[in-house]
Amino acid sequence: MQASRHAAPASLPIGSDADLAWVRQQVRQAAAELGFGLVQQTKLVTAASELARNTLVHGGGGHVMITPLDTGQSHGLRLAFVDAGPGIRDLDQAMTDGYTSGGGLGLGMSGAKRLVHEFDVESRPGEGTTVTVTAWATAVPPSRPGV
Amino acid sequence: MTGAGGNGPAGYGHPVAGAAGGHAFTVPVLKLGDILLVTLQGELHDGMAEQLQQDITDRIAHTRVTGVVIDISGVEIVDSFLGRVLAEIAAGAELLAARTVLAGMRPAVAITLVELGLTLPGLLTALDVERAMEMLTAGERQGEGSP
Amino acid sequence: MTVSEENADQEPVAQQVSAFLERRREQIAQRWADAALFRTVFTVSRDEAVEAGRAVAAALAAVAASGRLEDIRASGFEAVRDQLGRMAASRARTGLDPDGVAREVAALREPATEVLRAEFPDPHSPEAQECVVALTVLLGTLRLVVLETTVSAGEEVIARQREQLHEVATPVIKLWESTVAVPLIGTLDSARSQVVMESLLDAIVAERARYAILDITGVPTVDSLVAQHLMKTVAAARLMGAECIVSGIRPAIAQTIVHLGIDLGTVLTRASLADALAYALSRQGVAIGPVPAADAGAR
Repeated sequence: MQASRHAAPASLPIGSDADLAWVRQQVRQAAAELGFGLVQQTKLVTAASELARNTLVHGGGGHVMITPLDTGQSHGLRLAFVDAGPGIRDLDQAMTDGYTSGGGLGLGMSGAKRLVHEFDVESRPGEGTTVTVTAWATAVPPSRPGV
Repeated sequence: MTGAGGNGPAGYGHPVAGAAGGHAFTVPVLKLGDILLVTLQGELHDGMAEQLQQDITDRIAHTRVTGVVIDISGVEIVDSFLGRVLAEIAAGAELLAARTVLAGMRPAVAITLVELGLTLPGLLTALDVERAMEMLTAGERQGEGSP
Repeated sequence: MTVSEENADQEPVAQQVSAFLERRREQIAQRWADAALFRTVFTVSRDEAVEAGRAVAAALAAVAASGRLEDIRASGFEAVRDQLGRMAASRARTGLDPDGVAREVAALREPATEVLRAEFPDPHSPEAQECVVALTVLLGTLRLVVLETTVSAGEEVIARQREQLHEVATPVIKLWESTVAVPLIGTLDSARSQVVMESLLDAIVAERARYAILDITGVPTVDSLVAQHLMKTVAAARLMGAECIVSGIRPAIAQTIVHLGIDLGTVLTRASLADALAYALSRQGVAIGPVPAADAGAR
């Protein structure tokens, strides 16, 4: 079933520490409004925090598009983190636990992926990176057919 | 959330001012006998967390406390950045012969951290500040991480 | 008889189709009774299938008469919505997905248009073609109505199952001061493990528990996924300041764990719930001093 947009998508800038905090707050509020449970909210906000920090630290800043989804049966939230930075040279490596290029614990990308239902990275060297994640208010993503 | 035991008789000594974004957040750091009680609450900017790490290490060195309790019962998310800061505070305290107990982590935060892949091994944990104080004053090693 | 203006000729064609459906209701119903949709739902009596076919044809006639060929909310459909819903649900129970049901409804078109064509001296005349198109549109709308009822029937089933899942969610029991336990019975899947984890952690907060016992005596098998969930629960409880003990690992399961090469590593285990409780109690009796490594029995 086609996911139809439920409310208008919002775009938030990611350019400073304070922006990260604002993104976290906005994502939590949007998730709460869509009926996400506390644990689901916390997972999504944490994933957003990891990815927004990547956008800031590795992508040199950018923005996040927050899009509420409504399939008629389930509500979801799609977050697209967009930067025009150097891009990710080795995606497989970037998705590996413990790999870090920024002095963190190396759990940003791989950890964030485990906290959401859908995860997609598009990156071109020299052109930038877009990481898109989707989480649904129910434990099981509704789009999975035949389960 | 959990009854994060209270503000002692001594006032808030030496609060750490929020370093980023010009927000007026402060992190109360309270000295109770030989123990430093740090209460984290709400949104913590990255710069602020790093400032806090510096500050706590300085305080331990100068005041010769034997234990540090970090109360995170008021924290709604811990991502890998804050996780790293907490682990480093504990590691730094250890070098200065002080033990650190992380108190009052919320269930949703704990589930998210584990999913993220951050189990903070070696860090002492307690259900609330009261239990954390008991642990430190009694020299109890309970709740310690993996062997 | 046909007029050329588009809006003007829509109405008469719809009326023509309506009249046709009324006139040939019996014949259409007889043919439909042999179509997969009716035949498979009314397996006992063909008469019932014919009766159902008559009702659907009558409903379509009513919709056509109202001229709302493309409106799934047309009042004519209301008369058969219940019946279609029951038929769709019955087909769904046999494992047919909404797509399959829709295909079976689409198969009703051919017999009906055959009867319609036979009404005209020249089945290829523009007049005949227009009626066939109108009937096709009408049956397309019927297909949507059925699809809609099928999907909403499926949603009800899912909602009911979710509720049942929560009902069987294992209760967390306070065994002693500062000690909670969750006796797990039955198969652990991902969704249930999540529920167990959340309720156990909430109970730790509510009871201010130092010890949380996960008893898996009633769990038939432990695969690597279940083992992973157990370890996650233990790790999350530890982060909150509670110690988690897994009890009731039967010999067969212990062997499986070894064979699968799963490292339960830091997970504290005890043979039975009673042993786990004894451990928690003795730990609370001895409040001071580091744990001797042998006592921790972390294997």
